[in-house]
Amino acid sequence: MEVLYASCVGVLVACGIYLILRARTFPVVLGLTMLSYAVNLFLFSSGRLTINKAAVLGSGSEYADPLPQALVLTAIVIGFAMTAFVVILAIRGRADLGNDHVDGHMVKSSKEQK
Amino acid sequence: MIQHLASLPILIPMLAGVLLLMPPCGKNLQIRRVTSVILSLVTVLVSAYLLFYINSTAPMVYAIGDWSAPFGIVLVADRLATLLVLLTSFLGAVVVLYSCAGDDKKGSFFHPLVHFLILGVNGAFLTGDVFNLFVFFEVLLIASYSLLMHSADKHSTRAALQYVILNLIGSSVFLIALGVLYGVLGTLNIADLAQKVPQLTGDDVYLAKIGGLLLIVVFALKGALLPLHLWLPNTYANAMPLVAALFAIMTKVGVYAILRIYTVIFGENAGELAHMAQPWLWGLALATIVMGAIGVLASQDFRKLIANLVIVSVGTLVALVAIQNVSATAALLYYLVHSTVICAALFLIADLIAQQRGKVADRLVAGRPVAQPFLLGICFVIAALAVVGMPPLSGFVGKIWILKSTLDSEKAMLFWPIYILASLALLVAVSRAGTSLFWDHKHKDSEAIEGSKAHPLKVTAVIALLACSPLMVVFAGSISDFMLATSEQLFDINTSINAVLQGGQ
Repeated sequence: MEVLYASCVGVLVACGIYLILRARTFPVVLGLTMLSYAVNLFLFSSGRLTINKAAVLGSGSEYADPLPQALVLTAIVIGFAMTAFVVILAIRGRADLGNDHVDGHMVKSSKEQK
Repeated sequence: MIQHLASLPILIPMLAGVLLLMPPCGKNLQIRRVTSVILSLVTVLVSAYLLFYINSTAPMVYAIGDWSAPFGIVLVADRLATLLVLLTSFLGAVVVLYSCAGDDKKGSFFHPLVHFLILGVNGAFLTGDVFNLFVFFEVLLIASYSLLMHSADKHSTRAALQYVILNLIGSSVFLIALGVLYGVLGTLNIADLAQKVPQLTGDDVYLAKIGGLLLIVVFALKGALLPLHLWLPNTYANAMPLVAALFAIMTKVGVYAILRIYTVIFGENAGELAHMAQPWLWGLALATIVMGAIGVLASQDFRKLIANLVIVSVGTLVALVAIQNVSATAALLYYLVHSTVICAALFLIADLIAQQRGKVADRLVAGRPVAQPFLLGICFVIAALAVVGMPPLSGFVGKIWILKSTLDSEKAMLFWPIYILASLALLVAVSRAGTSLFWDHKHKDSEAIEGSKAHPLKVTAVIALLACSPLMVVFAGSISDFMLATSEQLFDINTSINAVLQGGQ
């Protein structure tokens, strides 16, 4: 399970970073979303991976650590709000700057194509 | 009642933000302004009383919901945190006052957002839990994103987009670092972390090191440390000057986090990991000073110049963190208060100058004369002398103290020349900026724009900030005693760990 889980996180991070390095806002937003999924999974695993254990301390020799679950919940909520904000900002940027490039430059080739 | 005092600098701005959205304040601009000013002054008074209270007694540990540390979240109001809370509240009140002259009408929800920003910054300073630090970082960031878009034009949309994306990546890195630290140490309470880090053995040491060093990346991004400082000049120069003045405290949140984490958790008591971040911080800080100084010299407009001054001050502060002794940290605190206040004042002065110069605004080219050359000139000279570090203002005291406190360490060989040459560059650039802003006119007989005199509220706000600099010189004796006591308290790690883990009223 650990290997599967770790490679999931790794693939998500790799995809996220690749997309963040793109020049347009939409892939960047998708990349940020993927990165935050990866981070949430990673945070979740920081309490060790267990199956079928109660999330209570002291009720048995093994337990599922409840704290990372709370942390992940907080991170999901915050990440969701931030993604919503960046989507709105990207739309505003598209309207204000006339293109969807992250650095806002006009691309000459697209002009020439017109 | 008194044991809840530590939570008030967070609760009051939060309630203020909510209250300002409610009907009587939300609809009527006048009521909103009055409420906002009063509530920001209440925050200042409460912060000042908290500082006075904990200075005469012990640091206050407040367990939220009465869940004692390390299981619940604690607020720790020691001298360092409370000093910075007071600074934030003061800066917030000045900005609110300044905005009442008309800048708050240029976009929606200015007042609530300022209070939410104060809430986030105060929370980041007071919290004793690393994950809670992340939460308060996000609170202050989302408020800052929205403030950045306040009366935004094309350029600020672009700057805001880059700023938001960078900070979102930073947040992800922050969470990864916290996940690593929690996985290894099983706690996120700062005091508990400090207690558990020295007990690590084997591979866990390296994992904790990875987590700790990842945190530097995050704080360097927030604090604008080289090479993660590139967002700052653009963002600050494109934000409204008023908002940029408020942002002067935000880089200091990064510096504070570096100071706290790498003194308390990875400081001298941390066993194998003791001082693990120092070489990185030291090199990066010096490079930041150099880059900032070059940026100051190369700036084409005044606000960009001030933004680069902020970078120089961050470099200086982090270099002092890296030295890690009591007197250097005390000098750091003095310089931190001074540079925050003066950089904020400079942004506001830049706003006043830009409004009176018409089309050329704050670009450093020949233009119209300002309408109030005497008033603005005096303000500019005071701020410039203070920021460059010329006598007799607080910059000079801070600079002498910094140089003196670094004299004993072997690092002085590198720090002194860089710092003094950077000051020279600042002096050249700031005096050149002043010359072209005030004396360089396009035509000899060009006249000032009629009716562009600064609003009295704006002038009051600027003077309130500038007055801090001479006051910090007049009361330098007692202030430096306080800074030394603050710094000793920070370095007295065992006492503070015990206070947090056993206390919590």
